[in-house]
Amino acid sequence: MLPLYHENEKNVGDLKQGSRILLVDGVTLSFDGFKALNNLSFSIDYGELRCIIGANGAGKSTMMDVVTGKTKPDSGEVIFGQAVNLLQMDEPAIAEVGIGRKFQKPTIFSGHTVFENLELAIKDDKRFFKTLFANLKGEQRDKIEETLELIGLQELSKKSASILSHGQKQWLEIGMLLVQDPKLLLVDEPVAGMTPSEVEKTGEILTSLSGNHSVVVVEHDMEFIRSIAKKVTVLHEGSVLAEGNMKDIQENEKVRHVYLGE
Amino acid sequence: MKRKPMILKIFENDRGGQIVLGVLAVVVLYVTFANLLFSEGSFLHISTYTVTLLGKYLAFALLALSLDLVWGYLGILSLGHGAFFALGGYAWAMYLMLQIGDRGVYGNAELPDFMVFMNLQELPWFWYGFEYPLFAFFMAMFVPGLLAFVFGWFAFKSRVTGVYLSIMTQALTYALMLAFFRNDMGFGGNNGLTDFKDILGFSLQDDGTRVLLLILSFLALVLGYLISRYIINSRLGRVAMAIRDGESRVRFLGYRVESFKLFIFVVSAVMAGVAGALYVPQVGIINPNLFSPLFSIELVIWVAIGGRGTLYGAIIGAFIVNYASTYFTSALPEVWLYALGGLFVVVTLYLPKGIVGIVKKEKNVTAVS
Ligand SMILES: Nc1ncnc2c1ncn2[C@@H]1O[C@H](COP(=O)(O)OP(=O)(O)OP(=O)(O)O)[C@@H](O)[C@H]1O
Ligand SMILES: [Mg+2]
Repeated sequence: MLPLYHENEKNVGDLKQGSRILLVDGVTLSFDGFKALNNLSFSIDYGELRCIIGANGAGKSTMMDVVTGKTKPDSGEVIFGQAVNLLQMDEPAIAEVGIGRKFQKPTIFSGHTVFENLELAIKDDKRFFKTLFANLKGEQRDKIEETLELIGLQELSKKSASILSHGQKQWLEIGMLLVQDPKLLLVDEPVAGMTPSEVEKTGEILTSLSGNHSVVVVEHDMEFIRSIAKKVTVLHEGSVLAEGNMKDIQENEKVRHVYLGE
Repeated sequence: MKRKPMILKIFENDRGGQIVLGVLAVVVLYVTFANLLFSEGSFLHISTYTVTLLGKYLAFALLALSLDLVWGYLGILSLGHGAFFALGGYAWAMYLMLQIGDRGVYGNAELPDFMVFMNLQELPWFWYGFEYPLFAFFMAMFVPGLLAFVFGWFAFKSRVTGVYLSIMTQALTYALMLAFFRNDMGFGGNNGLTDFKDILGFSLQDDGTRVLLLILSFLALVLGYLISRYIINSRLGRVAMAIRDGESRVRFLGYRVESFKLFIFVVSAVMAGVAGALYVPQVGIINPNLFSPLFSIELVIWVAIGGRGTLYGAIIGAFIVNYASTYFTSALPEVWLYALGGLFVVVTLYLPKGIVGIVKKEKNVTAVS
C-alpha cells in the first residue's frame, strides 16, 4: 500500500527529447503453452510517436497489458525511463509513474457522467484519504473544460456516460487519457468506429501530443497510420518483424508476405 | 459567495434522504411525546412496546445503511454483515451484563450468572474493562472495525471478488456463529447475554430510558446517514462507484483499489457495530443467532427491497420488511419466510431498483413529458 514511489520518480530520470522512455527487452509470455509474446524487444524514445501494426492476435494488446502491469510475463524486462522496473510494480504504481492507456474496447464508467469520468482520470493525488476531501482546483477544472471541448462532449458533460455512442466513448476515453497527462500514452485502436473527419482529428491530437509526451498507437486503419506515422513497428506472432519508417515497411518483403498478404 | 453549512451541503440534491429522515424525525418525535405525555388509558397513548419496536427498527435501518455502503456503492455483496452488528452488540451487552452486579439469580457481584453456572471463579481476561461504558462502546466499534480490516486486508489484497468474496463473508459469520454457540467461549453460549437491568445508571424498565434509547437510535441513524452521504458525495465515493462498475479500469487510472475498498468496508463495519450496540439494550438480549448466515441474508433482502445504492432505500427496506416481519410472525408465523423469499424474488425480477425505484421511475417519466 505504498502510495508514492519517490525512488521511482528519481529512477525515471531526466526525460529529454530523444532519450529512451520505454525499453521492452526479451519479453516472453505464454498462455497455456501458446506464446502470445515471443522474445519481444523494442524501445520508445521520449517525445516519439510510434505506430505499432500487426495482424489480429499478433500480441499488440498483450504487449500493452505487460507494460501497464495487467499481465506479468514469463521472462524479460520492461524498463521505464532510466531505471524503473515496471515488472515489479502493480497497475496503480505504473499509472502513477506516468503511463496511461486507452483500451481497445472503450472502458469508461457508465455509472458516472462524462464530466465525472474525466474528473476520476485527472492527474492528482490518488490516495484514498486525499480523494475523500478532494476538490477540483481551478486549473484542473479548466483542463477538463478544455478537454471536453476538444473531444466534442461539452454538451453531454452532465449526461451519464452510458448514453454515449461507441465513437463518443472512444473520445471520452481519449479525453481521460489526456487529462491524466501521462508521460507515455499507450493508445490501443483509437479510431475504430470514428468518422473520417474524427479520424483526422484524432491524428492531429496524437501528433500534437508527441513532443512533450511519448505516444504509442496501435491501429489497423492503414490510412490513419500512414497519415501520422514517423516510425512503425510491425509485430508478428509476438515478436518484432520489422521496424522503420512507413516507406521501408511498405516495401519490406517479410511484411508484405505475412501482414499485407502479398 | 456565502458558504453553506456542511449539513445542508450534504443534503443538497438528496430529496430521498430529506424525506425519509424527515418522516422518521416526525414519527420519533410523535412517538416520544405520545408515550411520555399521555397516560396509558388515553387513546393518544403509544405503548412502550411500540417505542422499543421503533428503536429496534432504527438500529436495523442503520445496519442496512452500512450494508448499502459496501453493496450499493462498492459492489461488494457482503453476506456476513450481521457479524459486525453482532460483535458490536456483544461488546455493549458485556457492559450491560457487568451492570447487573449482584442482582442476578446467583447474586454474585463479580460474575454474570452464566459464568457462575459454568463454575468460573473469576472474570475471563477478555471481559476486563467492559464495566466502563466508554471502553465498551469503543470496543463495539473497534472490534467490528478490526475484523473488517483484517478480513478486507487479505481478501482485497489477493483480489478476491464477486461470488467468492460473498462466500467468504458468509463463511466468516458462520464461523463466528459456531464459536459463539460454544459455552466455553465465555459469551454465554446459545443463551447469549440477557437479563440486563440498567444502562448508564438508568433502569431499562423505565419508559424514559426507552424513549431516550429511541432518540439515540434515531440520532445515530442520522449521523450514519450523514457520514455515508458525505463519503458518497466525495470523490472517494465516485471512485468507489467506479470500482463497482469496472474495478480493473480504476487501477489503470492510478487508484489503489484495495485501499478504497478497505476504507469503506471498515467504516461500514463500525456503523454496523454501533447499530448492534443500540439494538441490544432495546431488545434486551443478544445470542449467536445474529451471526447466523440467514440473518445476514435477510439483511441483504431489506436493502434489495428498499433499493440498493441510494442509502435512504436501505432505511425504507429495513422498516418495511421488519414491520412486515413483526406483523406476520405474530399473525401468520408459518408464511413469513416464504413471504420474504417471494418478495425478494419479485423485487429482483420486477423491481431491480427496489421500492425506491418505483418512485424514481415515475419522477423521470414526468420530467420527460
Ligand atoms: N488472457 C488470455 N488468455 C489466453 N490467450 C490470450 C489472452 N490474451 C490474449 N491471448 C491471445 O494472445 C494472442 C495475442 O492477443 P492480443 O490481444 O495481444 O492481439 P492483438 O495483436 O491485440 O490483436 P487485435 O488486433 O485483434 O486486437 C491472441 O492469440 C489471443 O488469443
Ligand atoms: Mg488488440
